[in-house]
Amino acid sequence: MNVTVLDRSPDRSAQSHMGFIDCDVHPYVKGPNDFDPFLSKRWLEHKQTIGGRGRQGLAKTSMYPRMSPGNGMRMDAWTDTGGHPGSDLPKMREQLLDLFDVAYGLLAPLVGGGPGERNVEFGSAMATAVNEWQLAHWCDPDPRLLGAIQINIEHTEAAIAEIEKRAGDRRFAQVNIPPRGLEPLGRRRYWPILQACAANGFPVSLHLGGTSGHASTGGGWPSFYHEEHPSYVQTMQTLVTSLVCEGVFEQIPNLKVVLVEGGFAWLPSLCWRLDKHWKRLKAEVPHLKRSPSEYVHEHIWVTTQPIEEPERPQDMLSTLEWIGPDKVMFSTDYPHWDQDDPRYAFKIPLPDDWKRKIYRDNAKALYNL
Amino acid sequence: MTRHVVASVADIPPGGRKIVTVKGREIGIFRIGDDFHGLINRCPHQGAPLCLGEIVSRLVAPSPGDYRLTRPGEMIRCPWHCWEFDIRTGQSLCDPHSVQARAFDVAVEDGKTLVEGPFVAESVQVTVEEAYVVVTL
Amino acid sequence: MANSPAGRPPPGAIDCDIHPAVPYTRALLPYLDDYWREHILRRGLERENLEPSSYPANAAINGRPDWHLPSGPPGSSLAAMQTHLLDRLQPKHAICNVIHGAQVMLSEDLSAALCRAINNWIRAEWLDRDPRLRASIVVPPHSADLAVEEIERLAPDHRFVQVLLLSMAELPLGRRQNWPIYKAAAAHGLPIGIHAGSSFRHPPSAGGWPSYYLEDYVSQSQGFQASVNSLVSEGVFVKFPDLKVVLIESGVTWLPASLWRLDKTWRGVRAEVPWLEEQPTETVRRHVRLTLQPFDAPPSEPQLRTLLEQLGSDRMLLFSSDYPHWHYDGDDALPSGLSTELIQRICVENPLETYSRLKETPQ
Repeated sequence: MNVTVLDRSPDRSAQSHMGFIDCDVHPYVKGPNDFDPFLSKRWLEHKQTIGGRGRQGLAKTSMYPRMSPGNGMRMDAWTDTGGHPGSDLPKMREQLLDLFDVAYGLLAPLVGGGPGERNVEFGSAMATAVNEWQLAHWCDPDPRLLGAIQINIEHTEAAIAEIEKRAGDRRFAQVNIPPRGLEPLGRRRYWPILQACAANGFPVSLHLGGTSGHASTGGGWPSFYHEEHPSYVQTMQTLVTSLVCEGVFEQIPNLKVVLVEGGFAWLPSLCWRLDKHWKRLKAEVPHLKRSPSEYVHEHIWVTTQPIEEPERPQDMLSTLEWIGPDKVMFSTDYPHWDQDDPRYAFKIPLPDDWKRKIYRDNAKALYNL
Repeated sequence: MTRHVVASVADIPPGGRKIVTVKGREIGIFRIGDDFHGLINRCPHQGAPLCLGEIVSRLVAPSPGDYRLTRPGEMIRCPWHCWEFDIRTGQSLCDPHSVQARAFDVAVEDGKTLVEGPFVAESVQVTVEEAYVVVTL
Repeated sequence: MANSPAGRPPPGAIDCDIHPAVPYTRALLPYLDDYWREHILRRGLERENLEPSSYPANAAINGRPDWHLPSGPPGSSLAAMQTHLLDRLQPKHAICNVIHGAQVMLSEDLSAALCRAINNWIRAEWLDRDPRLRASIVVPPHSADLAVEEIERLAPDHRFVQVLLLSMAELPLGRRQNWPIYKAAAAHGLPIGIHAGSSFRHPPSAGGWPSYYLEDYVSQSQGFQASVNSLVSEGVFVKFPDLKVVLIESGVTWLPASLWRLDKTWRGVRAEVPWLEEQPTETVRRHVRLTLQPFDAPPSEPQLRTLLEQLGSDRMLLFSSDYPHWHYDGDDALPSGLSTELIQRICVENPLETYSRLKETPQ
């Protein structure tokens, strides 16, 4: 590995990150009751008695405990009074928004448990509560922060209603769907929801996290977070494969999909693989009118974090070139342990026009900012 | 090269640390037993404040499942990406030869000797009775 | 360094993946012991088709059109295989990997009985009839004890050069329950061949069951990523430093980016698996090999060169035709764009280094 030891002098060429658009910022709750004001009496009672129920063995903690407290937080992001990283807007401003003069931060709230809730009515109620909470605690106090609409995709009517309710509200940038669902996202049963996203001008962001209840690999449950963390990449590959092969992009030609927190260096080889085997197995998927890689290039965006650090730094350039610098958007993942610093994430200088696109212009265009 | 008095020995108990600024550089001074070590407060990976990380042990396993805790208190773990560094040398565990946090020469000197000078002590009062941590830079 | 067009392998090549198919279940009856023969007859299983769902025989990708047979699934005739492959490409050896429902049965004992029969069948009807052929030992992958018994039974016959597993089973391959298999294999100098495929104890992905075979086939590479990750993370190569693993029908070009990610995770999460003292990439380069077909090459030769450099080793790829699967036409079993030096490595030297038994003349 070849990592340059940083010197302390200000790096002029790195200044292009200033004013960037951060495509993955995580707001947290200050306490367990933050959502209560946004729940009806019915669901508040449910929350206080039964509570959230996901598809895994532990009720409140990840099955793959992270390596730092708070389920994997950047350790200097706790507040002086012990507040959870991401729960305090002034701290977020100090460490991210003001520090880099962030133009926009796209929120990815992994809180509330709504999207993965087994009781889909409760899940939908929690999703709605989280949406209201984003507005009240984040987007309204700091208009740089843009919300992601939470839904529970196993409750089609409620999900569509929520999307339609938020349509036209510029405080929301996109609809967030967990990438590990009961069924692959391209399956027909999810088309009405994807259709609603596209029809209302929302890109769909697929942010890693949560569990579907299916083993995280086709060969069963890994033992370690050391395996789970890379398995997120495999989940992203499956998603792309599903969306393309099911013909979603033929069906919903204006659908835009953003893959968040899956890295990106795996995408070119997946495209080659899809194209190769599609040629042989075309007869099975006659609904595909073009090669899989064409759908990917047209409909899918990737965010950078956790950025790959190739053994040879120059391989980052070829990777970006093969994906297309128009489809890559910078993200920090603040305040998670594996977040990236916009100054130092790329271990090799990028051409100026790529920097502009990746740090700002691609997101600006995609989200109409 | 100048000798900078950055702390009195009594300021930093064994297992403790103090972040000091010398010539504009933030340096973490660590005490392991009676040895003092200095590391730049900046992770070579992505610039995190390395010296604010947890002081930990070196975890090893000669074979899978054979867990052993060695060298307690001799490693610092970056508060961001959890990369571990040897406090004594600044070498990273993941790539000890290429990824290193800059280490500084740190010595303990008696106030008696120090007062003969020259030295710089911006925030430490030097008296002949005490011993001091000195960074040469 | 000259780059060759697509073409035939050089003299002395070893074809590390061909697929003889059991023509019909009845063909295994002579190779079962009395107990299991009667068991199978009572249940009428000899009339059933035990094709594994990972490999529908009639899918275009699994049978090249000019290699189809008048009867029986592609790959089920030795004579045809000789005509189609051995006599044309003239490999010095070809390694038979049987993919069969035996590997996915839920009953450990039935699975083991069928695997024993398949091994007996391949020995009698293929290895004994063509000295160029070698084979992998097919084992019941969900029963380490019975798998070890089968390895011990066949290891003395040095025409068996490998132990065969599927990439997706009940447990990730690195799990300690599987270690007796690795111990036995390492003791006999047998690599573990991990073939694409799943016993489908779990959906192929964390996101559930895809609709199309195309998705399953493409997603095999995710199964391999997980398998490599599991073997490395659990410390299999720390425990068994002589063990070699061959990824078969895995594709290749996904590997570099996958290793970047493994290395990155390892740097931060290493404390969870403290037996890993080196970057996963180093371990993988030393212990893991990949067969060539189906070669998921990038569209241009400069991209291919970059990819091959990213592998960081010319020791990792092993030539394979993947007969009778359809990945190339004519005799162009080698993809274009490889240098002549690399072709020599892939076709001859790497297989010989991987399968030490190929250097012997079996008695």
